[in-house]
Amino acid sequence: MAQIILDRLAAEFPRGEIEQIGSQHGNEWARVRRDAWLQVCTFLRDDPTLQMQMPIDLTAVDRLGREPRFDVVLHLYSVTKKHRVRLYAGVPEEDCMLDSAVGIWPGLNWFEREAYDLYGVRFRGHPDLRRILMYPEFVGHPLRKDYPKEKRQPLVRRSGIPGSPE
Amino acid sequence: MGLEIYNSTVQAAVNWARKFSLFQYPFVTACCGMEFMSSAAPKYDLARFGAEFPRFSPRQADLLVIVGTITERQAPALRRIYDQMCEPKWVIAFGVCASSGGFYQNYSTVPGADQIIPVDVYIPGCPPRPEQVLDALILLQERIQRGEGHSQVVLKAEAGHDVPIASIRPRNRIGQGGPMDAGGVAGPADSGRVSGGAGPRGAGT
Amino acid sequence: MDDSTDSNAPKGLGASLARRVVLGVQDVEDMELPTDPVPLNMGPSHPAMHGTVRMVLDVEGEKISNVDIQIGYLHRCFEKESEYATYTQIFPYTDRLNYVSPMLNNVGYAIAVEKLLEIDQKIPERAQYIRVIVGEMSRVTDHMTCLGAGAMELGGFTVFLYLLKAREWLYELLEEISGARLTHSFVRIGGVSGDLPDGFAGKLRDVINRSRGVIEECGKLLNKNRIFRDRMDGIGIITKEDAITWGITGPVGRSTGLDYDVRKDHPYLVYDRFDFDVPVGSVGDNFDRYMCRVEEMQQSMRIIEQALDQIPSGRILVDDPRVRLPAKSETYNSIEAMIAHFKVIMDGIHVPPGEIYSYTEAGNGELGFYIVSDGTGRPWKCRVRPPCFANVSVLMKVLPGLFIADIVPTFGMINMIGGECDR
Repeated sequence: MAQIILDRLAAEFPRGEIEQIGSQHGNEWARVRRDAWLQVCTFLRDDPTLQMQMPIDLTAVDRLGREPRFDVVLHLYSVTKKHRVRLYAGVPEEDCMLDSAVGIWPGLNWFEREAYDLYGVRFRGHPDLRRILMYPEFVGHPLRKDYPKEKRQPLVRRSGIPGSPE
Repeated sequence: MGLEIYNSTVQAAVNWARKFSLFQYPFVTACCGMEFMSSAAPKYDLARFGAEFPRFSPRQADLLVIVGTITERQAPALRRIYDQMCEPKWVIAFGVCASSGGFYQNYSTVPGADQIIPVDVYIPGCPPRPEQVLDALILLQERIQRGEGHSQVVLKAEAGHDVPIASIRPRNRIGQGGPMDAGGVAGPADSGRVSGGAGPRGAGT
Repeated sequence: MDDSTDSNAPKGLGASLARRVVLGVQDVEDMELPTDPVPLNMGPSHPAMHGTVRMVLDVEGEKISNVDIQIGYLHRCFEKESEYATYTQIFPYTDRLNYVSPMLNNVGYAIAVEKLLEIDQKIPERAQYIRVIVGEMSRVTDHMTCLGAGAMELGGFTVFLYLLKAREWLYELLEEISGARLTHSFVRIGGVSGDLPDGFAGKLRDVINRSRGVIEECGKLLNKNRIFRDRMDGIGIITKEDAITWGITGPVGRSTGLDYDVRKDHPYLVYDRFDFDVPVGSVGDNFDRYMCRVEEMQQSMRIIEQALDQIPSGRILVDDPRVRLPAKSETYNSIEAMIAHFKVIMDGIHVPPGEIYSYTEAGNGELGFYIVSDGTGRPWKCRVRPPCFANVSVLMKVLPGLFIADIVPTFGMINMIGGECDR
């Protein structure tokens, strides 16, 4: 039902910026090359046939064992055309950076901060990139697959309790 | 001899007054807050036990009700609020998250508020029914009448006095004692030596 | 403060007071009172904050010049826990997301997994109607709690008690169905876990009629109340363009004039069979958000009554052996059923590899579940798109310029639920 988005994307970006497109379980998705991220996002917002004005969600997926390790996933919605799309951008672990889309949709401010906090993906150009859900003294990025679930970093010292570092 | 009887009668009267005029500080964080509201609501009225009006300042409260999950980020605030309360003060851990961490065992949840501050009465349940809350309040009132409570003991321990371990452990617990009870391995005796304050204590990344 | 101001202050103050007495009150506004911006901390444990959130305000006098909203004080690691739990074990975690309307989260999550399993068209009709009924009951409790707490923070304690009284009736009925008053874990993948008890429809209709009376009473207390209107009208205005570019949905988004409701625009379950309206505001201030919620409660009750009329009889769980547990009589008497039971519980439901983003209308807006499955019984990633995460983030644009006292109704009407915002 949102096939028009994929067709327009394929037509507008013929030089490999769109690496892959597909449709699964009623969700249309497109994989975007990392350096074309802002271009594609601006096109999706401004094109009159697409009009994806509303950002729904931005998150990251840790595909441990695959290169590039992280996928930043962006869901977009159009309130006028009522269609949706999902965008992926592969981000490797060594150069964990992606351009920030806050200039296009201001609502992604906190979503990008959360992706940085929990996965460690940095966003170039974000006005205020700091931790949002974890406290500033926390070390590490907890939703990565190699962070153990029960490794606590307590702020208030307590000793002899199972699960605490002491 | 007369002085002892006089003191104990006065003490009993003072405890009677304290138990029926508890000023609660509801430290509400999570879902248990909904059941706390329900137990203060008209159907399961908390006011008829004297614990009516929540005092939203720790300086004016004597009962700290920890309602909901305590996360690592919240822990320094909780410790600070407990320290700001005046003696005598009591603590109720409302809900299983505040008692023992609940079913959350992860990098962000403190497994029980008694890791941070000493607790007098635990209320299990996720969330507990308002009747359990009333039962806990009555149990706490009985403890107050007997003159028990953690706060006096913790102060003594921190000042270096010799305090027997048995008296620190809470005697009245609704439900079973947990793994902390067996052998007193990591008992709340350590809670007397909890030091507040921020500072990362991560054992490496 | 510099020395000249200091030495001037006593003389200036006395002289200006004298001027005021002589020339009238207008003079006071012309006085330049020296102010310094002061950082003020609200939270994380604050009576007027609905959840546990910390706001670091920069105030000049009473006016806020900058706000830093710090959430995360209830981060209970929903995503990390769900990577270690089977699909059915995640239901209790979803309950505790938006804990004032737990059934709606359950339903949203179940629909997401069912789409991945490709059984979403095969859910029995009775189960779908039951999901709609309990979901709408949860939505009513959500709005009752929000409005009650919001009114209490403005001083209207009576409204709080009335709405909690009505909420108790709904909690009793939800307890009859699911066994728990608050965190039900009632929905299962493939249907619901229990049927409606006997006599339930009559009791629910009765409760709805009485709740309508209570809501009308509270409306009489608040809608034309001079103090309430003064504190809510024109405060905290969110424009429609802001609502769209910040991703705001739900009653907050509809109050700005954005006509988007997932139940109408992308119907799921059996919502396309009901006749209900969607209240849309115009100004986007606190009072609009309040009225949107009041009207939504009325519409939810309409949906419940129609659902009780239309509900068919039948199964409550899909008859797919990959998903449902076998009947107890078979489990105890045949080895194949016992093994099937064991596999479904211990291994979890094996969901084919794939990804899905599925969205429903929760109490605060579009609740989305983005599930990445790797083919085993545990998800690779189970993300919640929390509606109030976006709703609260817009406050960093809305609050500067308001007074400190305006934070209370604004934050109350945004309805931030800590469990959902921080997960």
